[in-house]
Amino acid sequence: MSYKKRLDGRRVDELRPMEAKASVIPNADGSAFFKIGKTTAYAAVYGPRELFPKFLQDPQKGLLRCHYGMMPFSGSGERIRPGNNRRSQEISLVMTKALEPMLDLSAFPNAVVDIFVDLPQTDAGTRCAAISAAAIALADAGIPMKDMVSSVAVGQVAGTVVADLMYDEEAYEGIVSDIPVAMTHNTKEITLLQMDGEISKEDLVQALELARSATEKVYEVQKQALKEKFKGVPEA
Amino acid sequence: MIDNSKTIAELAKQNQRLDGRTLHEYRQPIKIETGISWTAEGSAKVQIGSTVVLAGVKLSLEKPYNDTPNEGGITVNAELLPLSSPEYESGPPGPKAIELARVIDRGIREAKAIDMKKLCVTPGEKAWFVIIDIITINDAGNLFDAAGLAALAALRSAHYPLVDSETGAIDYKTKTKERLPIIKEPLPVTVNKISGQFLVDPTSEEEQAYDARLTISSDEKGTISALQKGGEVPLTIADVSAMIDIALEKAKFLRKELTNAVP
Repeated sequence: MSYKKRLDGRRVDELRPMEAKASVIPNADGSAFFKIGKTTAYAAVYGPRELFPKFLQDPQKGLLRCHYGMMPFSGSGERIRPGNNRRSQEISLVMTKALEPMLDLSAFPNAVVDIFVDLPQTDAGTRCAAISAAAIALADAGIPMKDMVSSVAVGQVAGTVVADLMYDEEAYEGIVSDIPVAMTHNTKEITLLQMDGEISKEDLVQALELARSATEKVYEVQKQALKEKFKGVPEA
Repeated sequence: MIDNSKTIAELAKQNQRLDGRTLHEYRQPIKIETGISWTAEGSAKVQIGSTVVLAGVKLSLEKPYNDTPNEGGITVNAELLPLSSPEYESGPPGPKAIELARVIDRGIREAKAIDMKKLCVTPGEKAWFVIIDIITINDAGNLFDAAGLAALAALRSAHYPLVDSETGAIDYKTKTKERLPIIKEPLPVTVNKISGQFLVDPTSEEEQAYDARLTISSDEKGTISALQKGGEVPLTIADVSAMIDIALEKAKFLRKELTNAVP
């Protein structure tokens, strides 16, 4: 079975419509809303702030902690019980690892930067949306970053390499692979890479090449959201 | 945060507030948006000033309780997300979240706002159960009123999912045109007592400063369906009476916002 035309009519390299907005949560030090297709994410950054319990404090460097959560009504089936589960803990971990290389943790010893991401509705690509939202929120918080991180999934559906799989593509009959990728803007390095499904090495490399241009599209939306925030501020 | 409690108490004596509002004035903007989550059967986002909460309704088919075999059920849960305030921590709901959920729950349940009998599909076997989740996005005060408004907006906008007539399985991805049997629309209004004065829609700072609060849920006829007193200072019967008068009037104001946003 081959996959010639995508279920929603997109080109193979086309992402679902995106929206992003910075500074949406006044209580937070930085925040963002990010939408791709029918997946939406709120991200809030708190910190650097003092780390408790105290024994976790490191006088050499600070700590970055990501907290990923799906809202109870955000799954396409039954209600999800709120609170941590194995999946959310793993995603929180890989998110932290995807964002950590952007920060100079030695700049805030004994402190913690907490990033909370919560999703009101989902249609695949949630960890990528969470990372893209979190990166905007970090920049919005004014925390110095070495580079911007942008994230989107690529993969292969019944022989065709595509960008930004939606749920119905992940569940497509035939061989499917789903590869969430996060990439830095300037250096084009990969900070998140996971995969499940089946794919050949050649096709994987082709998918990662596609991820370069796909994450660049996410980057443009992130940049626009941050620029929008400063609209109306007179230039120096 | 700077503690402005003394200033707030002094200002209240002169009928003034820190943000320039009158005592019985809600913050602006008040925005009510529905359909913010395609995965929920009904959903809403409510903003009062800079307080933002979401509510989502999920429906499931369960066996009715033994003592009410002809009725469905309703549950309200509230999550005070650490995303929404530096004060909140991860973990199971604490007393504040539980109080919020219970007050909203009682307001809807005790008013018999939803016709529980109409939720029943097969007596003793199958009935619809409604779960309302309230999620804070930015807590800048007055979660009770914002959550009550969001819960009602989400209920009003909810549609039943399709049920396979042969297997009885729920197809959550397909919504029917059928809506929930809502008979009454109780809305909570919280009135705060500060320096002997009554004010509505407190900011987080004002919530630190109040002597007592009373949350009053009332429906379109002015019938009261839930009360919750908070704060350390006692209230007189005259206080309660005056607070209810304010709440009934403000509930009309909020109900107008609700019907405008979710016709």
